[in-house]
Amino acid sequence: MAEEKKLKLSHTLLPAESMKVMAEAMGIAQVPEETSQLLADEVSYRIKEIAQDALKFMHMGKRRKLTTGDVDYALKLKNVEPLYGFHAQEFIPFRYASGGGRELYFYEEKEVDLSDIINTPLPRVPLDVCLKAHWLSIEGTQPAIPENPPPAPKEQQKAEATEPLKSTKPGQEENGPLKGQGQSAAAPDGKGKEKKAPVLEGAPLKLKPRSIHELSVEQQLYYKEITEACVGSCEAKRAEALQSIATDPGLYQMLPRFSTFISEGVRVNVVQNNLALLIYLMRMVKALMDNPTLYLEKYLHELIPAVMTCIVSRQLCLRPDVDNHWALRDFAARLIAQICKNFSTTTNNIQSRITKTFTKSWVDEKTPWTTRYGSIAGLAELGHDVIKTLILPRLQVEGERVRGIVEGPVVSNIDKIGADHVQSLLLVSAGEGGPPRPPPSTLSCPPPPAAAPPSR
Amino acid sequence: MAALPEEPAEVVVKPDPDGGVPPQPQPPPAPPPAAPPTTAPAEGEAAAGAPGSGGEAAPPKPAPPGPAASPAPTDRQTLLAVLQFLRRNNLHESEDILRREARLLGEEVAAAALSPAGPGAQGTPGGVAAGASAAPGGAAVVAPPPGKVGGGVPVEDQPDVSAVLSAYKQQGDPALYEEYYSGLKHFIECALDCHRAELSQLFYPLFVHMYLELVYNQHENEAKSFFEKFHGDQECYYQDDLRVLSSLTKKEHMKGNETMLDFRTSKFVLRISRDSYQLLKRHLQEKQNNQIWNIVQEHLYIDIFDGMPRSKQQIDAMVGSLAGEAKREANKAKVFFGLLKEPEIEVPLDDEDEEGENEEGKPKKKKPKRESMGSKSKKQDPNAPPQTRIPLPELKDSDKLDKIMNMKEATKRVRLGPECLPSICFYTFLNAYQGLTAVDVTDDSSMIVGGFADSTVRVWSVTPKKLRSVKSAADLSLIDKESDDVLERIMDEKTASELKILYGHSGPVYGTSFSPDRNYLLSCSEDGTVRLWSLQTFTCLVGYKGHNYPVWDTQFSPYGYYFVSGGHDRVARLWATDHYQPLRIFAGHLADVTCTRFHPNSNYIATGSADRTVRLWDVLNGNCVRIFTGHKGPIHSLAFSPNGRFLATGATDGRVLLWDIGHGLMVGELKGHTDTVYALRFSRDGEILASGSMDNTVRLWDAVKVFEDLETDDFTTATGHINLPENSQDLLLGTYMTKSTPVIHLHFTRRNLLLASGAYSPQ
Repeated sequence: MAEEKKLKLSHTLLPAESMKVMAEAMGIAQVPEETSQLLADEVSYRIKEIAQDALKFMHMGKRRKLTTGDVDYALKLKNVEPLYGFHAQEFIPFRYASGGGRELYFYEEKEVDLSDIINTPLPRVPLDVCLKAHWLSIEGTQPAIPENPPPAPKEQQKAEATEPLKSTKPGQEENGPLKGQGQSAAAPDGKGKEKKAPVLEGAPLKLKPRSIHELSVEQQLYYKEITEACVGSCEAKRAEALQSIATDPGLYQMLPRFSTFISEGVRVNVVQNNLALLIYLMRMVKALMDNPTLYLEKYLHELIPAVMTCIVSRQLCLRPDVDNHWALRDFAARLIAQICKNFSTTTNNIQSRITKTFTKSWVDEKTPWTTRYGSIAGLAELGHDVIKTLILPRLQVEGERVRGIVEGPVVSNIDKIGADHVQSLLLVSAGEGGPPRPPPSTLSCPPPPAAAPPSR
Repeated sequence: MAALPEEPAEVVVKPDPDGGVPPQPQPPPAPPPAAPPTTAPAEGEAAAGAPGSGGEAAPPKPAPPGPAASPAPTDRQTLLAVLQFLRRNNLHESEDILRREARLLGEEVAAAALSPAGPGAQGTPGGVAAGASAAPGGAAVVAPPPGKVGGGVPVEDQPDVSAVLSAYKQQGDPALYEEYYSGLKHFIECALDCHRAELSQLFYPLFVHMYLELVYNQHENEAKSFFEKFHGDQECYYQDDLRVLSSLTKKEHMKGNETMLDFRTSKFVLRISRDSYQLLKRHLQEKQNNQIWNIVQEHLYIDIFDGMPRSKQQIDAMVGSLAGEAKREANKAKVFFGLLKEPEIEVPLDDEDEEGENEEGKPKKKKPKRESMGSKSKKQDPNAPPQTRIPLPELKDSDKLDKIMNMKEATKRVRLGPECLPSICFYTFLNAYQGLTAVDVTDDSSMIVGGFADSTVRVWSVTPKKLRSVKSAADLSLIDKESDDVLERIMDEKTASELKILYGHSGPVYGTSFSPDRNYLLSCSEDGTVRLWSLQTFTCLVGYKGHNYPVWDTQFSPYGYYFVSGGHDRVARLWATDHYQPLRIFAGHLADVTCTRFHPNSNYIATGSADRTVRLWDVLNGNCVRIFTGHKGPIHSLAFSPNGRFLATGATDGRVLLWDIGHGLMVGELKGHTDTVYALRFSRDGEILASGSMDNTVRLWDAVKVFEDLETDDFTTATGHINLPENSQDLLLGTYMTKSTPVIHLHFTRRNLLLASGAYSPQ
């Protein structure tokens, strides 16, 4: 019987010391030991009683969190004078101090200057309560709209991607999120039953068929609209579409489509040297990465090549001497760095494979300057360690090569520009090899200039 | 129209101003006096069963105490207290009788013990109470209970209280308690499997009473070590009570502690088969274990039945309440659970179109109705109460119009089932800052009301029609009263809005309820009042005072006019809107009444309580006709099936239990929620049960399947032993998670669309 119980009942009591301290604070010195012990017992009991009553108010208030208000009502219930004064909205820190052989816990009560309070501007009026309706379920199925939780939570997508065997168990789907909550409520269940009926396991639920290949009509419409807006000419629409990709919770099922869209799009547009479209596609990748409800790992095999292409491709635009394809390379490099940070593990070795690719193309003598630039940018985004171990040692060689172009006879304008860019990039990254720089994943820089004129 | 009579004679229980709790209403047939106990220690305690009644006419006195084993001074003290009590309440007759009998006490010990003088008439087969204390009225309240009813403040040094407590003045060696308990534990654990489960029920009440005895006798350290040693053995659903108990370490604490008084004043009811009981008795006698035997005699009520001992599973399903299981007699009373006959409605024939439609609509309406109510024919349902059992308000013209609307809607109703699940529309309260405490929706789903922790009540219109109030008196006088559209003209268009806020309460609003005709709104609050608001003027009409303590729930009768409220003072009250005092007080719960619901026929009221029981009360006479035990946590939601036969209850343990009201049996258990179930609702035709919970889910259950293969053979009905199939997973039709919104109200529209609501609570 007893072994299943984890009931922990404490006989916690206030120390008699506290009673003495409080008595002193009230101006009563010399409280006998016995009295303070009695007082401590009594006070502990009363406090527990009040706490138990306060819990009742919490339950009736349909909340999970006990508030100071609950305690006030519990006091009122016992005909105790209420507490006056300001109500702290949040947690009040309990401070500790020791000295002179005594240990004290206390609230920090700062003196408040009234004029400060008067002079501070009024806080913003909180928003008023309002009522909003949405469909939680339509004839038994839950629509994937922002108001509803994502049909497949990120943890599950991750579990599916990383541990495919485990996730095939039925009921896994709903198990995750439920287990986390309300263990407290599961406890009072009859103990004999817990063993026999696995309440939490083998969840009850009819598994929603995970039909990745079928999109509902609404989803198809949505997909069409979004992709058109993403690569269309209206910048405002694009911004909205990207916002939607970055925030909507219900995109899970469309992810394979988006991934293919991007990968195919890059493939076609690299050949056609359509810089603008490549930029748009990269921004889609970024939006997908930003969506907190999506787990991209299963689609990296399509996304990484696409992004890599945008970094190291020999030519990305029609007029390499004029167009700012460098910005695209920088942006894509930052994306790759973010992907490495998010998904690289010891089993998939994404980062090391990417690093290898970059180094290989960089080391090659015949690599054009554009690719060279991309490789260095890609490496530079991967952080100090990479800069230190891979870029700095090659600085000398690369410097010679740049000088050869810059100072030597004019070969071609394109090479010259390329060399210039590599030079400045090297200066920047080498300079950053030392002092820390913001982590590459922050992507605080604005996206590549949409100003780059569509080269159509 | 006439309300229920309000004369004191009819009022079931008059709260004793001194803080006496009214007796637990007993079902009419009095339980039998015990078969004369056979063993000497059995007569130990009768005083506990003695003067059970509060303000009623002098109750017949049960057997005078037979003080064979227990020390005589204690009895005398108790008797004196009782006499004092009777005198104070002017119950001279009873007092005389008792006095006379008490004087005999010393002389005729043996004789008194052999002739129990209880008034019980017929014996219930198998229902033999242990000990001589099974006299009616003795079960619930011996004496002065928590002192809440009627707002009485407990007086510290009432003689009655000390009398109650003095029952613990057992002189046993405190050091031996642990030995006694572990001895019994050993015995029970070594008993045969079939008896072990039954006898294990003894652990918890014995543990509590032994602990309380130790505390009362000021053996603080022994009490603490006793608690430490054995609290781990107790079933986990007693955890909350144990927590209260653990904080109780001094005799002084016992005076004001309600939980403790509950234990002392109400006997813990155990259901044990005769074989197991004999086994226990033999063991205790062999061991000369008087300490435990005394507790069994004084504080436990052992309901003995003949036949097979129950299995662990069967027991687990039924236990868990604060005072043990319900006695079987408690659930024997007849309950008229059928529906009242729908009045024939003469359709007002305004224009021909309407007429055609209505005449068409009428037979249609009858059809779905009939299907939904099973055997209900046009005639009176055999299980229904007489039409005039309680006076109900007459239908107004507007009510009839509404009924016609209802019928029309009903014809368009979706037939639900496992293959056809309802759509769910979720109304989320945004920016409520955790302050939403109650929600209700009108029957026609046109308005939603929210009660908030900031004392406001807010009414929203969820149709395009805005909420309009009547114009002010000055403006009204300008209106041409002869015009056809006078009803339109009196409404104030200028102030029409989607939201109206009602101010008046001074504490969180814990319950709200619309009247069926949508003209009134009730709200109850922490401030101890129930308020009636007009939805014509959006002002407060009445504040009903009576509870004094927080009122947790209130609901209008399905026929309007009456309403019920329940609160922290442990009673539920029945009110009529035009009476400022309650018509009935339903007392008997041992802890807060947390939720109240009317039966669809308005003749009964179900209340759920923090004592983990659900009770069903008869509105006519105020009797408690059903006690349902089995929940392991405070009850927070109740729902009657539309046909009135079944009751669904949800509690903090996350389980939903289903009860057959007619037979008084548990018929189903739905497991799945992981947190408190705050909302329950049957679909309009009763095929689907929807439950909403703190765990942010709405779940749909197949109600048809639960009820179709009911095990209601004679044996089950007679013994009340149920075997629940473990089929929650099969019955669950759907689970719908919200993002982060606990579900606190559910409502089926007339067309069976499910409306759910709750306040978004950002994590």
